[in-house]
Amino acid sequence: MSDAAHSDHPAHLAHHFETSEQQLASAKTGMWVFLATEILMFGGLFCAYAVYRRNNPEIFDIGHRYLDANMGAINTVVLLLSSFTMAWAVRAAQMNQRKLLITMLVLTLMGAFGFMGIKYVEYSHKIHLGIAPGSFYDPHVDEHDEAVKEEATPEAVTQAPSSKPQVPATTPLLPADQQSNIAPAHAAPLGMVAAETEPHDAHGKYGGGDHGHYATQAELDMAFTFFSIYYLMTGLHGLHVLIGIGVIFWLIRRAVRGDFSSEYFTPVDLGGLYWHLVDLVWIFLFPLLYLIH
Amino acid sequence: MSDSEQHDHAHSHAVPLHILMGVILALLVLTFLTVAATWIDLDEWNIWIALGIALVKAAFVGLYFMHLRWDNLYHGIVLVCALLFVVLFIGIALMDSVEYQPDVTRSPTRNVSP
Amino acid sequence: MSMYDAHSNNYLTHSKGLMSWLFSLDHKRIGVMYLIGILFSFFVGGIFAILVRTELLTAGDTIMDPDTYNQVFTLHGAVMVFMFIIPGIPAALGNFMLPVMLGAKDVAFPRLNLLSWWLYIIGSVLAVSSLAFGGLDTGWTFYTPYATAQVEGAETYHALGGVIPITLGAFILGFSSILTGVNFIATIHLLRPPGMRWFQIPLFLWGLYATAIIQILATPILGITLILLIADRALGLGVFDPAKGGDPILYQHFFWFYSHPAVYIMILPAMGVISETISTFSHKHIFGYKFIAFSSVAIALLGFFVWGHHMFVAGQSNVAGAIFSILTFMVAIPSAIKVFNWLATMYKGAIELKTPMLYALMFIWVFTIGGLTGLFLGALASDVMLHDTYFVVAHFHYVMVGGTVFAFLAGLHYWWPKMFGRMYSEKGGAWGCLIVFLGFNLTFFVQFVLGTQGMPRRYHDWGPEIMQNLGFGTEVETFGLYHQISSVGSYVQAIGFFIVAGVLLHSLFRGRKAPANPWGGTSLEWTCASPPPHENFAETPRGVDPYNHRAIRYDEQTDSYHREPDAP
Repeated sequence: MSDAAHSDHPAHLAHHFETSEQQLASAKTGMWVFLATEILMFGGLFCAYAVYRRNNPEIFDIGHRYLDANMGAINTVVLLLSSFTMAWAVRAAQMNQRKLLITMLVLTLMGAFGFMGIKYVEYSHKIHLGIAPGSFYDPHVDEHDEAVKEEATPEAVTQAPSSKPQVPATTPLLPADQQSNIAPAHAAPLGMVAAETEPHDAHGKYGGGDHGHYATQAELDMAFTFFSIYYLMTGLHGLHVLIGIGVIFWLIRRAVRGDFSSEYFTPVDLGGLYWHLVDLVWIFLFPLLYLIH
Repeated sequence: MSDSEQHDHAHSHAVPLHILMGVILALLVLTFLTVAATWIDLDEWNIWIALGIALVKAAFVGLYFMHLRWDNLYHGIVLVCALLFVVLFIGIALMDSVEYQPDVTRSPTRNVSP
Repeated sequence: MSMYDAHSNNYLTHSKGLMSWLFSLDHKRIGVMYLIGILFSFFVGGIFAILVRTELLTAGDTIMDPDTYNQVFTLHGAVMVFMFIIPGIPAALGNFMLPVMLGAKDVAFPRLNLLSWWLYIIGSVLAVSSLAFGGLDTGWTFYTPYATAQVEGAETYHALGGVIPITLGAFILGFSSILTGVNFIATIHLLRPPGMRWFQIPLFLWGLYATAIIQILATPILGITLILLIADRALGLGVFDPAKGGDPILYQHFFWFYSHPAVYIMILPAMGVISETISTFSHKHIFGYKFIAFSSVAIALLGFFVWGHHMFVAGQSNVAGAIFSILTFMVAIPSAIKVFNWLATMYKGAIELKTPMLYALMFIWVFTIGGLTGLFLGALASDVMLHDTYFVVAHFHYVMVGGTVFAFLAGLHYWWPKMFGRMYSEKGGAWGCLIVFLGFNLTFFVQFVLGTQGMPRRYHDWGPEIMQNLGFGTEVETFGLYHQISSVGSYVQAIGFFIVAGVLLHSLFRGRKAPANPWGGTSLEWTCASPPPHENFAETPRGVDPYNHRAIRYDEQTDSYHREPDAP
């Protein structure tokens, strides 16, 4: 590199790069390496998913019945389409089509908002059913919920809080020497040994009555682990969509300002890569969470 | 600059529009297939079919939307490595957890009632 | 060499004011700021270490009760691991030296680099603030279900209030580490000067590259682990909590999938530093360049296949235990390749026992002991006996302190003249080195003996009555002696570190000006001025053989070595 190269440094070119090509290539390499970290981060959640599903298939079967596959499918389509408009936006930037670039970015943004909107509807429906994450998990059978075939009575709803089996506040702490790495089953009616203990448990708690009905309530109680995983996976993914919304906003602002051209479109390119990754993760999440057989 | 692949970068490839259109079409069809595959009961094969279709979709997104087909080979390697390490992690953790499950359910305290 | 007298405009004097440092995009300034942060963390962690050893000076409560002791060793571990050793060499020395050794003006993403430093500071402050939230006594591994247990109604005292702040801090520190890794990979790939091929980059950079691979592939798993742990505590998601159907062994899989490779984040850059110093002070071409380079990458990749050896007695299945044990032994191969190559480099070299070389020689000795004792722990049968004893403590301190800290000090002394443009007192440096070495071995060698006799780690008391109540025999009579030797050793070590600090600080103010190449180094960093100018090189250098000692000539007038202009 010579001083001459220095003096005609374009504005977007940082001082330590010699050419725009080198800068774009570095940025892309950096972005891909970063995407690898994102994949591994989600990979951890997929690992938890795989381990719990393999060892407690019945819980996942119960849990997924409370997810609406249609909503999931619509969301998949929305996200795929926004990925498509994003790819088109990158193309527009590369070809100097500023208006098209802005249009495509706005469409992508609408897709992102659409996705979050549908997610909001799904979440609020679940929370309405008491299927909230963690300590707030307090499921009760809703008579209007089509996912549950059994008929529910108003008494069941009022009884529901007492059926909440393991909220932390009521969990007695074990003395340290009893805290082995293996779960003591008396503290773990859910999950690992839930299938065997729970029906009996429910029977005792409610003192008989309609078996089919209470079994449903008990089943839902068991699905705690599934919903922990569900909220973690979709929550982390949703967080990435929110970050994506911020990024796309920023890209639109810069595009309107006229920052991008066929000479310099690195941010659009990188933002696109990120957005496609968000899409990629959802491509796997959708069948794994919504379409359990 | 020692990496020769840099030279064909910057003004690289705007992906032709008909390819983008074709890819999104394929993705939508595959999404439909994913849903349709659950209508038939194939036991444990259902999840592998679903994962297989998801992998094909991911490949489409990666190769065309993310330009991997025309991009620096290194980026593809990074992506594949990341996936391989996820598989490594899930594989061993899953294998181990399946192996020690009997120890969990056979735990001596199991029959203590709550 | 025209820039030798360019002192007037080096990176230190380029701009003035605190803000010009805190928001600097210059990799050298960021490296120096990292160095300050890391040394401060080392100091904090060191205080905790001294407290631990002082408590163990006598039987019973010496200076603190058991609960305080548990919190102190937890913080000692967490601070040293997350705030000192992991970022130590890559973020401080690596940040400063990588672009200079590469002949580049900066790292690929200077703003990310600055962000990474800020995240380091924020993460560290959060981690230490856990003290204010009630501290924690989980050990630095935050094992569940202990770390997620509820405090209310506890029969025994648990300090868990600090779990969320410290894990959040570690999460942010992980992010900082990832950004460093991204930066290093992109820089080494794309900012090499014309003509520098992959096998012409100095071995320190191969070490950093291998480290970056681990930072990229392993750190995200730490991130998700800590998110799950935080979610568990804050929301009660129960993913790792057996009381809610979670699986605590899965937590250990998650944790060690990061934390075992993280051991190689600590040692690989250290090995890179040793390769540089051994070659320079033997004034001889490094032996087996490609073997050392590839063994770095091999260690990085193999390091991902052995995490289960931390879980041999944790409830992991026998199948996994056997697999992990076999794989663990394989890591010894590339590590040994490096050691033999260093020895071969020194063979018939003109060895000069300057301070960095002393540290490097000690590294080889201590690291070999640390590595070989690892084999006992990697073997299934002997690990059952040695697990959670002082043998483990001694083993990983031999690798981490004897390995990483010694290499860190070797690198710090080696590049000190380049970084600050001052020479330190050679005599002082050597004394500091010897006392640290003496203190180190005094502290940790006896712990091997203690461990083989069964002394469990993390105990606040070693009084014979207590030990005999636990089922020990007459061997407990000697426990006290070993513990006292160990504690005295830690004081000697502390004195050694203060001497090192004194010598280096003294050089900053009183040291004579350093020439561009005081040691006869052969790689590119020695061709620019000491300290380097703002943009490192006025002209982009071309790639050369980084270990060509034949091209180096001593020049009495400047008291510096020079590289012959057209040497390969």
